[in-house]
Amino acid sequence: MCAMSSSRNLSEAYGQAEYVRKAYRNSFSDQIVADIYGNAEQITKHVLSSKGRHRIGFDQIIDNLVTSKWFGYPLMILLLVGVFWITIEGANIPSGLLASVLFAFQDQLTLGFQWLGAPDWVHGVLVLGVYRTLAWVVSVMLPPMAIFFPLFTLLEDSGYLPRIAFNLDHIFKKAKACGKQSLTMCMGFGCNAAGVTSCRIIDSPRERLIAILTNNFVPCNGRFPTLIAITSIFIGGAIASYSGIINALVISGMILLGIAVTLTVSWLLSITILKGEPSSLVLELPSYRRPKIGAVIYRSVIDRTLFVLRRAIIIAAPAGAVIWILANIYIGELSILSTVAHTLNPLGKLIGLDGFILMAFILGLPANEIVMPILIMSYLSTGSLQDFASLEELRNVLVSNGWTWLTAVNVMLFSLLHWPCATTLLTTYKETGSKKWTFLSFLIPTLIGFSACFILTQVVRMLGLA
Amino acid sequence: MILSAEKKSLLWQNYFGVTIRNDQLSIALAGNPNVGKSTIFNALTGLHQHTGNWPGKTVNNAHGSYQYQKKPFLIVDLPGTYSLLAHTVEEQIARDFLCFANPDVTVVVLDATSLERNLNLALQVFEITPNVIVCLNLMDEAKKKNLVIDVPSLERELGVPVVATAARQGKGLEELREKILQVATGLLQPTPRQIKYSSDVESALKELLPLVENITNNSLSPRWIALRLLDGDQSFLESLSNFLDIDQVSFQDWEESKCAQ
Repeated sequence: MCAMSSSRNLSEAYGQAEYVRKAYRNSFSDQIVADIYGNAEQITKHVLSSKGRHRIGFDQIIDNLVTSKWFGYPLMILLLVGVFWITIEGANIPSGLLASVLFAFQDQLTLGFQWLGAPDWVHGVLVLGVYRTLAWVVSVMLPPMAIFFPLFTLLEDSGYLPRIAFNLDHIFKKAKACGKQSLTMCMGFGCNAAGVTSCRIIDSPRERLIAILTNNFVPCNGRFPTLIAITSIFIGGAIASYSGIINALVISGMILLGIAVTLTVSWLLSITILKGEPSSLVLELPSYRRPKIGAVIYRSVIDRTLFVLRRAIIIAAPAGAVIWILANIYIGELSILSTVAHTLNPLGKLIGLDGFILMAFILGLPANEIVMPILIMSYLSTGSLQDFASLEELRNVLVSNGWTWLTAVNVMLFSLLHWPCATTLLTTYKETGSKKWTFLSFLIPTLIGFSACFILTQVVRMLGLA
Repeated sequence: MILSAEKKSLLWQNYFGVTIRNDQLSIALAGNPNVGKSTIFNALTGLHQHTGNWPGKTVNNAHGSYQYQKKPFLIVDLPGTYSLLAHTVEEQIARDFLCFANPDVTVVVLDATSLERNLNLALQVFEITPNVIVCLNLMDEAKKKNLVIDVPSLERELGVPVVATAARQGKGLEELREKILQVATGLLQPTPRQIKYSSDVESALKELLPLVENITNNSLSPRWIALRLLDGDQSFLESLSNFLDIDQVSFQDWEESKCAQ
């Protein structure tokens, strides 16, 4: 009987504790942890001393700076902008070079096919379809990746990323999510599928689900090149003298927006379908290391750049062929491609895109890497323009297809906020084991993507800015 | 929990996957990850080890036995954790073991090169059980980093025996065995320092303490229970009511058998 009453006592005490907890303005669990640390600090002060000169470690100085209340965030943003500035400035020239070399080779290919007497459609599928798509993928995507990934790996290797997680923990807590989520987001920068898998490090099922559902809001390897290409082609180009820094700011802004959306959605989930309080995390900040150059180059070039490029090429090559075929088979007046694009056009226009862009995003479901190539292919296959020497020409193609700055911004927004790629969806299904959550991980970004573009477009149009 | 030897071995078997003989003195080995806990475990037990998983968990469970001064000891290597506030499965296992398995001695292994961070765990263990020994490991590395730790004054601050070791070199292990024996047999009774919380927490605790005092018949510190209630730590409450149920079932069995007589 005594034990029976102890169960009852427990629930009674629990009710009272709930009451006391609610009455306290701060979180008791935070206060308790802080007090434990305070006690430990006090004891340590009494018993620990350093022989000889008291030396404040190099690590300590840097840590105080990068995780400081005032300098932490500005430094983070500065680094972000810096990395993108170097990427975009650095990628311009090799991009142009690669494009001119690859497209010069296309002319040779065309001559070769003519010399062989190959039928027109073979030349069309292989050269205008497959080769031209590949040439665009390589010249637009390779240079930024080859610069961005080593820089990112350098930050990762030096031990800076855990400090980012540390800085962000506080705001994640505000959003009632787990600080570890920022680490899964760092993984997501590489690949959202990998990011979703890395959510296993979060122990609370509630927080893990939140992290999985929002991982897609950080742009992955596959979407970075799209963002970088569009800003360099379109946004920065408009203001020539400061283009590099403006591009860097735009991309950093996109990432910050992604983080903001992540936090907002996490918070919304936390107060609706995934209710609960955040748990705290223990993060051991590793000491700073001098990055091993060999390892950085290997990891960034082999693991990341070539991996993404290979994936893009494997999917883009057949996609290029299919798109060329679709663009050259006519039903009545219009090609199949144009028919589909025209069907999607009203919806596209409503959110400041057009039918081709929307179609490119839909066809890009297997891999985000191919959204840009598909888009360029579809524009090229319908237009009369054939040869390109520089990104400037690409800009002309886009403008002649009715692009304005608003279209460019909307494409970037939509790229950041649209549905996850098929691999990520599959991984989400594997990790959650639930069709419902997988569907939600598709639905949430899709809705946000559509509404963000819709609202922006309507507001800008109403103000008569574009 | 205050348990009879038979009940204890049954509980250990069923809930912690550890087989303990009635005559064995039990030791729990706790500590942060990477503090040389396993080195100490291996040094103490040698080849007399069993490894497996914690029941229902995918976390390794290692336990082993040794003899010292003709006394048999059973030592359980808990998962490496930074705290006992149960954010991870490892922390939950370590906490449940310390709270409900009632080992005779708990050895908390600390990394002497980062004392402050490691003390957090020790202070939390102090709240659960008084029979604690602090093992200050990696003293060799601390020396290399020119860190000097005043062991006698740390002992005074903490109120428990502190043994400085460099387990990889085998230093200090004899003293550790001796201290374990003394605490396990009750020859030495540590009075571990209790964490002083800020006034908000202390006054909230005062409010809750009368309500929790009778829950476990004082076999588990009421203050610890009240603290977890303030945390809103669901996983601890689940474990607690789980183990209360075990208690209750055996209690009913006992009552029924009494009725049958």
